[in-house]
Amino acid sequence: MAEEAISDMKQLLSGNEAIALGAYHAGVVVAAAYPGTPSTEILQSIARMDGVYAEWSTNEKVALEVAMGAAYGGVRAMATMKHVGLNVAADPFFAVSTTGTIGGLVVVSCDDPGEHSSQGEQDNRHLAKFAKVPMLEPTDSQEAYDLMEWAFTISEEFDTPVLLRATTRISHCKTVVEANKERKAELKQAAFTRCPTKYVMVPSNARPRRQAMEERIVKLRSYVEDFPMNEIITGDRKLGVISSGVAYQYAREVFKDASHLKLVTTYPIPVNLVRRFAQEVERVIVIEELDPYLEEEVRGLGIEVTGKDFIPIIGELNLEIVEQGAIKAGLLSEKPKPPLKSEVAPPQLPPRRPQLCAGCPHVAAEYVLRKLGFHAPDAKERQLKKDELVVTSDIGCYTLGVYPPLAALDTCACMGASIGQALGLEKAGVPNRTVAVIGDSTFMHSGITGLVDVVYNQGNTTVIILDNGTTAMTGHQGHPGTGISATGTKTQAVVLEKLAEGIGVKDVNVVDAFDMDALESTIKRCVANDEPSVIIVRGPCPLYVKPSGTPFEVDPDECAGCFDCLDLGCPAISVADDIARIDASVCVGTACGICAQICPHEAISEIKQ
Amino acid sequence: MNDVNVLMVGVGGHGVILASDGMSEIGMNNGYDVKKSDSLGMAQRGGSVVSHVRWGKHVFAPMIKKGEVDFLLGFEQLEAARWASYLKPDGVAIVADVVVIPISAMDGKIPYPSWDECKVVLSQYIDQIYLIPATRIAREVGNPRAVNMAMLGFLSAFLELEPEAWTDTMRRRLPPRFVESSVEAFLKGAAEAKEMITTKGVER
Repeated sequence: MAEEAISDMKQLLSGNEAIALGAYHAGVVVAAAYPGTPSTEILQSIARMDGVYAEWSTNEKVALEVAMGAAYGGVRAMATMKHVGLNVAADPFFAVSTTGTIGGLVVVSCDDPGEHSSQGEQDNRHLAKFAKVPMLEPTDSQEAYDLMEWAFTISEEFDTPVLLRATTRISHCKTVVEANKERKAELKQAAFTRCPTKYVMVPSNARPRRQAMEERIVKLRSYVEDFPMNEIITGDRKLGVISSGVAYQYAREVFKDASHLKLVTTYPIPVNLVRRFAQEVERVIVIEELDPYLEEEVRGLGIEVTGKDFIPIIGELNLEIVEQGAIKAGLLSEKPKPPLKSEVAPPQLPPRRPQLCAGCPHVAAEYVLRKLGFHAPDAKERQLKKDELVVTSDIGCYTLGVYPPLAALDTCACMGASIGQALGLEKAGVPNRTVAVIGDSTFMHSGITGLVDVVYNQGNTTVIILDNGTTAMTGHQGHPGTGISATGTKTQAVVLEKLAEGIGVKDVNVVDAFDMDALESTIKRCVANDEPSVIIVRGPCPLYVKPSGTPFEVDPDECAGCFDCLDLGCPAISVADDIARIDASVCVGTACGICAQICPHEAISEIKQ
Repeated sequence: MNDVNVLMVGVGGHGVILASDGMSEIGMNNGYDVKKSDSLGMAQRGGSVVSHVRWGKHVFAPMIKKGEVDFLLGFEQLEAARWASYLKPDGVAIVADVVVIPISAMDGKIPYPSWDECKVVLSQYIDQIYLIPATRIAREVGNPRAVNMAMLGFLSAFLELEPEAWTDTMRRRLPPRFVESSVEAFLKGAAEAKEMITTKGVER
């Protein structure tokens, strides 16, 4: 039904919605993904379309393997992920580049320059070249839509997966799209044809495929010369600007009068087209986000070119950055900044950092970890000293607990790393006890193998699985523990405690996420044990279930103004007239209640009607 | 057809995205090329929300250049002050009377700025600053979520499209039970603007 909603002729679509609709019209049959900003909405959109099998996979590697299998079966398939997701899926990505595919296979990587919502920044264009996979980059939603048909066609014609690379400002910006196609009426019937020389990569089969990969790239090099979406815009020939992706839009706006070469096929690049463009203009520059990928490709052709000497290599670009770069390079003259209209000194503005929500089931566990990991905060002196626990952490909402006042976490690197890191610290001989904190979805993604490793190698790590029953950070997608599929149907739920027991953990505990005493006593007992232990801290995400608790209030006669409650970092609690105050419109009250449990003066209780 | 660059800023849950989606669609339906870009910054978790809306004959970049914003729609006062430097000298700030204190201001080290202090920040860049009784309008129409529609209504008074161009799209796209209150809030916002703009640059 949502497909109808976005199939009008002219519409505003985000890049992600356009990728989904383009794939749908191109006849995609299987789509798999693990949620990750800025890629999540692609699968969310596809999951609402009839006739497509869409799944949230346990992780990106599995997603790509599912899509690969479907493409082996002759149908069009896709796997979508964020940039770091392609690291997880790198193994099948390289593997399917070797085998090739029968049905069209498109991998979508949504990079996040500037790390809006990522633990790292990387330029996945290198991965296309590295894996010898052709790459397409849209410059807006219209191209994202149009490119999907091209991507599948190239995949089938050249026996290769295709990487469609977007970035945050392509994926999350809305631009006008004319979706002029309908879903292909006749799709290929799925069928698997035995062909061990293609699909069974023992060395004797893999070597000829290696040959085929190189031959494929040679053919693709000539194919992209005539690719219709690469475009020369002839303007003033003094300056020629080569760009791709969203950087093209900045380049067009900043260098209004220059000549432009827009590249949509960025691996391999159309060598002759670039040469021709370079010959037409006096000076060639490249405007691109992140690494000097195109610049090096162009320079490799013997063309004199600059770019990264005036455009930053770090972070995302915008008009101001490109303009400043152009001024630095002497390509534009500096415009005087308008003077400030007022001499009055402005006040400092407090930052607005993201934080855990009121009623968040992660807060109590992180509060207890801080209390055990560091000296308990003194009411007068708020200096926190490190003492006992090392808390390794993972990727999810709970990572926000690194910020004060919770300040509970010591590491966060990549999906699933917390458990291996904790074991490593222990095996290195670090005297502190280690606790690994990981979310339910992240544990499914890549925590399970870490826990198996702890059991197998006789570590005594305590693994705390913060089970809020959803993939919260990316907007509440299902995962194997939830028992809800990507399309919202009921499915078999993987039970965390049974899984841990099955792995061989003997000390498995399930604790109510809002029971401070139980959390503290369980964590204390488990870290003192000389065996692996798992504590499943269970409580629903309040943004997901919208609990209907009776809000709490502060009794002004009982509140002593110690502000211990502020150590929770709850957005419902603030200070007014030197006592604590609870915002009843935000507080979930009886559905949480952790502030009342820690108040030493028993000043917090349910609002009395 | 004039280019219009609107920066909408606020915090999660105040309808910034709905307003910018709406404005984008209205622009498209009335012949503009449109691009819009949202920075959600984990908005549902208390972070700030920033939405760029660009109308024009042909729009390239999906984000507005710093110093080129025609209209800053502040759905929250502190956020309006935070983005003041994006305004161009003859730009206009339209700010809702909404205050959401961030957790970083709770300990009082960097206190939440008063409206007068927010105005000091805005006044560095522009002369036209309007504080809109958007919460009152939302209350009057019986829909506390209609703050964003009152804001769009106020903005519409500065732009070339007729009110019907806005309300037609609203009627078509909003859930039926919110249509009447939203349209009413929009018209009240527009009426408020007619009254306030006559005393140009003076916020009441």
